[in-house]
Amino acid sequence: MADLALTDTHDRDAVSASRRQLITRIAIYGILSLFALVYIVPLTVVVMNSFRDQPEIARNGLIAFPQSFGIDAWWSAWDSYCIGGNCEGMKRYFFNSLWMTVPATIISTMLGALNGYVLSKWRFKGSEILFTCMLLGVFMPGQISLMPWAFILGKLGLSNSVVGLVLVHCVQGLSFTTLFCRNYYISVPDDLIKAARIDGAGFWRIFRKIILPLSPPILIVTVIWQFTGIWNEYLFGVVFTSGTQQPITAALVALTAGGTTASAYDVMSAAVLIGALPPLLVYFVGGKYFVRGLTQGAIK
Amino acid sequence: MAVAQSIASGTAGQSWRERFGSLVPILVLAPSLLASFIYVFVFAAWTFYISLSNSALLPSYGFVGLDNYFSLWANRRWSVAYTNLFLFSGFYVLGSMAVGLILAVLIDQRVRAESFWRTIFLYPLAVSFIVTGTVWSWLYNPASGIQFLVRNLGWSNFSFALASDRQYAIYAIIITGIWQSSGFAMALFLAGLRSVDGDIVKAAQIDGASPFRIYRKVILPVIAPIFLAVAVVQIQFAIKTFDLVAALTRGGPGISTTFPAIYVYDLMFQRGQIGEGAAAAIMMLVALAVVLVPYSLFVVWRRRREGRNG
Repeated sequence: MADLALTDTHDRDAVSASRRQLITRIAIYGILSLFALVYIVPLTVVVMNSFRDQPEIARNGLIAFPQSFGIDAWWSAWDSYCIGGNCEGMKRYFFNSLWMTVPATIISTMLGALNGYVLSKWRFKGSEILFTCMLLGVFMPGQISLMPWAFILGKLGLSNSVVGLVLVHCVQGLSFTTLFCRNYYISVPDDLIKAARIDGAGFWRIFRKIILPLSPPILIVTVIWQFTGIWNEYLFGVVFTSGTQQPITAALVALTAGGTTASAYDVMSAAVLIGALPPLLVYFVGGKYFVRGLTQGAIK
Repeated sequence: MAVAQSIASGTAGQSWRERFGSLVPILVLAPSLLASFIYVFVFAAWTFYISLSNSALLPSYGFVGLDNYFSLWANRRWSVAYTNLFLFSGFYVLGSMAVGLILAVLIDQRVRAESFWRTIFLYPLAVSFIVTGTVWSWLYNPASGIQFLVRNLGWSNFSFALASDRQYAIYAIIITGIWQSSGFAMALFLAGLRSVDGDIVKAAQIDGASPFRIYRKVILPVIAPIFLAVAVVQIQFAIKTFDLVAALTRGGPGISTTFPAIYVYDLMFQRGQIGEGAAAAIMMLVALAVVLVPYSLFVVWRRRREGRNG
């Protein structure tokens, strides 16, 4: 009798425990879905509006199920929409951003790899202090450098040019790329380098034969970090360039500022997406490395 | 270090080639060092000097002492700017950490399709503040965004016009900021949760501690340093906030969402008061130093202590 009662309560415990667990699981997925909705809605709204036509958006508002479908807004945004009196769409600014971002990313990453290699494997007296000084660049607010850069770019004849922005972004990015690479190379065993030196390998040979083959993970992180950061940058773009030389972020602000009277939300949505696509693509393709860059950049 | 010593202790009879070889690393580093040195020290000193000058539409170098700083701190718009900064920093940092922590803990409950959830919560970080700000300004727009939607659904008195209300526009920026960067806090917290020693957690479970208690007493203290790191990074973002405001409210309505960075830009490039703009930029640098210097000292101190104990 006693035994029976015991197993009975046990069963009831087990049932209530499993029910409680089910409720917990539902709650977990429920809350996550709710948050996910908040994160997804803005992107979905913009994507949908870029395919709806303007009269329908005006009638039903921005947040509504599409009743029309067309890709005209994309063509218009890319090719013919007027931004500040220049009716060539976003394509010019897209390529400005591309010609700014790609060289600046490549140059700053290469320099960062070399600096990181020197600062981790060829340390000399005072190199730690120099490294710390370079790190300060990570924290400098861009506002501090605006007037000096404007002066220097003027002297170099690079005012209002994409090349000038490449220079600014290279110098600003150096501290990040050096930090990333140095912290990565420090984990490469010194013995490996020493053995190579005994075999007569020099600075460049060791870099090419030992360091570079070990580098892909950190180079991917660095390239992704620099690419998204430079593509998305606005302050330098709007201060050092104007008109047709502006990168896409500055053009987007000009576009939406002019559009307050007759808001062509369909075209502006497409334009915003054109500006957002390259970094989003990088994020979806290289997600793991993107996150690694974030966490490394923050903690160190 | 060993390698470096072997460079230093070269024998006397070095050939020119070897001697040149030992200089290569320094030559490689030199251009970057020079550029960084100019960028960090010369530029900061330069801007500081401009802040002491009578520069107006163009930089000029007539010395006026601290005049620009006095007129900066007497300016009502500047007081709006730093009040906004404090308000924004507080809500933005706490908000994104709270959301980030909730998401991290939920995802840590062995959910299915973990990378799917993470991808959703992190994608805003890949997009620029310009894109985020623009899109959210549309959502906040009463004539077409959220208010329009809810009124269409039947609540015709519903009012949601945060961004166009002087008093509440700052909260529109705070909400958007949290939306953009809580994924960042989540990623760091999640990495922290994953690094907690599983045996301690198991031991607590065997002792019969509830999940909530385990989080509060065992796990959160272990990842406490991450809270500090996230907070410091976020405050740094907050001080530099420019793009988000430029795209979302452009500092308006009126001057209600002016931030220090907006103020600097406005004075330097719209109003031709470069001297005072430079003074405001220097104040931004000071604000960053106030946050970062104690933090870095603390980190160094903690590393030393751990080094001694470990």
